[in-house]
Amino acid sequence: MLSKKQARAFFLGGTLVTFLIFIGLTIFSFSEGQDQSNYGDITEEVVRGKELWEQNNCMGCHTLLGEGAYYAPELTKVLDRRGEGYVKALLMTPNPWEPNGRKMVAYGFSDDEANDLIAFFDWISKIDLNGFDTVVSPLAKDKN
Amino acid sequence: MKYKSQKVAYWFFALSMLLLVLQITYGFIMGFARIGFDGLHEFIPFNTARAVHTNLLVVWLLSGFMGAAYYIIPEEAQRELVNVKLAYVQLISLALVGVAAVIGYHFNWWEGRKFLEIPRQLDYLVVVNILLFLGLIIATLYKGKRKTTTALVLTMGLLFAALLYLPGMLPFDSQVMDSFFRWWVVHLWVEGVWELIMGGILSFLLIKLTGVDREVIEKWLYVIVGLTFLSGVLGTGHHYYYIGVNKIWLIVGGIFSALEPLAFLAMALFAVNMYRKGEKKHPNKIALFWTLGSAIVSFVGAGLLGFAHTLPQTNLYTHGTLVTAMHGHLAFWGAYAMIVFAIISYALPNLTGRKLYDGARGRAAFWLSNIGMVGMTVAFGVAGVVQVYLERKLKMDFMEVQNEISIHFVVLIICAALFTAGVVLYIIDFIKYGKPNDEALEISEN
Repeated sequence: MLSKKQARAFFLGGTLVTFLIFIGLTIFSFSEGQDQSNYGDITEEVVRGKELWEQNNCMGCHTLLGEGAYYAPELTKVLDRRGEGYVKALLMTPNPWEPNGRKMVAYGFSDDEANDLIAFFDWISKIDLNGFDTVVSPLAKDKN
Repeated sequence: MKYKSQKVAYWFFALSMLLLVLQITYGFIMGFARIGFDGLHEFIPFNTARAVHTNLLVVWLLSGFMGAAYYIIPEEAQRELVNVKLAYVQLISLALVGVAAVIGYHFNWWEGRKFLEIPRQLDYLVVVNILLFLGLIIATLYKGKRKTTTALVLTMGLLFAALLYLPGMLPFDSQVMDSFFRWWVVHLWVEGVWELIMGGILSFLLIKLTGVDREVIEKWLYVIVGLTFLSGVLGTGHHYYYIGVNKIWLIVGGIFSALEPLAFLAMALFAVNMYRKGEKKHPNKIALFWTLGSAIVSFVGAGLLGFAHTLPQTNLYTHGTLVTAMHGHLAFWGAYAMIVFAIISYALPNLTGRKLYDGARGRAAFWLSNIGMVGMTVAFGVAGVVQVYLERKLKMDFMEVQNEISIHFVVLIICAALFTAGVVLYIIDFIKYGKPNDEALEISEN
């Protein structure tokens, strides 16, 4: 019958081994040659776009890479689906936006800010998502 | 209660209950917004309500865990807390940070990273607060007469939870890396170290309520937390399938997260078996309800419903849909909310000296809240599955699908009303117990 000492060894040993493997896989995932995100293509605009994305908690309604709040559309492939002009106009409008009755805050971004967000979405749309990219945004599917 | 300093736990529990009421209120704001009643949009847009709802959940559960630690550690270590005044300072600062964050969310002051929205400046205060808390708990344990496995597992859970908060504060230019390390915090909290906290509290309650020998209970506690980490650490991979990292996570995450229900199954079997084995008939039946309920509902909510969408083949379609909300609600309720309710139900009679655990209100609170939450889970589940089919198989537009599934949110709100009625009854009982007092020292029993 299992003793308390053996049970403790199982806990400590199992935790240590799995955690070491986890760290190893993390290092592997971000090692050279494994990048699926086109990390080198991240420009200052993309970084500023990401900051705007966070400062306004866009993820509190939308999803991106499938992560967010499921209240507003997934935006990974939004440029494919709607086109740059449409997205930019929407980001810059000072008027509340209400597609099918669901309200979005009118952020009224400046031209530069809208361009930064577009650059961010553009970088996002090119990430290799292991097949999810063909599912995530059905209207963009046919273009893939 | 056996030690005067345990009284501080009461105030952490009271803060928990207060924040829970606020959390539910914001949940209703979101539920109504989804069926078109979004009159508060100007002041509380959905992203604000959502950030408040999820962050309050984290803060009220943490407050409950801290209360549990302040109650359990003195009793396990067999001595008073090292410094009660500092514990009250920690309570007040926790409440202030929580309130500041919630108010800030209404004024666009946040980080906008799912579950970790707390602004960076407040993050530092959180770290100081947690350090103070851990200092008090660890010093009490260190100076105590004994160091039990239950106390060690609970403390280890709290310590690791604090350490794992740090990766969430690393700055990244890449959304992929940001997301990757955000899950180090969120996943390794809820499917890792928080389970140590849950296991520690569960073990303490089972020892007290069933009278089964501590050695037996604590041995199985090690096995359960061992299984938790064995599956849960690499199970983090299920968040990495489709966010832009290597395919190896599809295999690793798939295998290990499929094992995650085992830890919860073990927890449920453990709790039920200890109850059957126990010869002691503790009069506080309602605490036993919540204790066993937590072990069983967490298996269903976290284990089974998690498994329902954890395999990469399924998750390819369910990732980023309401299916996640289905799993999230019952998992958090079963594993963490119910264990906090259990320790409160056990501790209150001992802290106040009033034995109100025989009333019908307590049982009604248990059943109403659980039936309500199961109903909510089903509503989210149906909405989620319909969303997956219409949006991802039939290629319908997002908002068209949202209109199709809005009826399920009417059901959600009705079930949420039932759930809320249960929680309100629980809180009425909480208030009826009155405040903790030193006379309870004499009347208290194990």
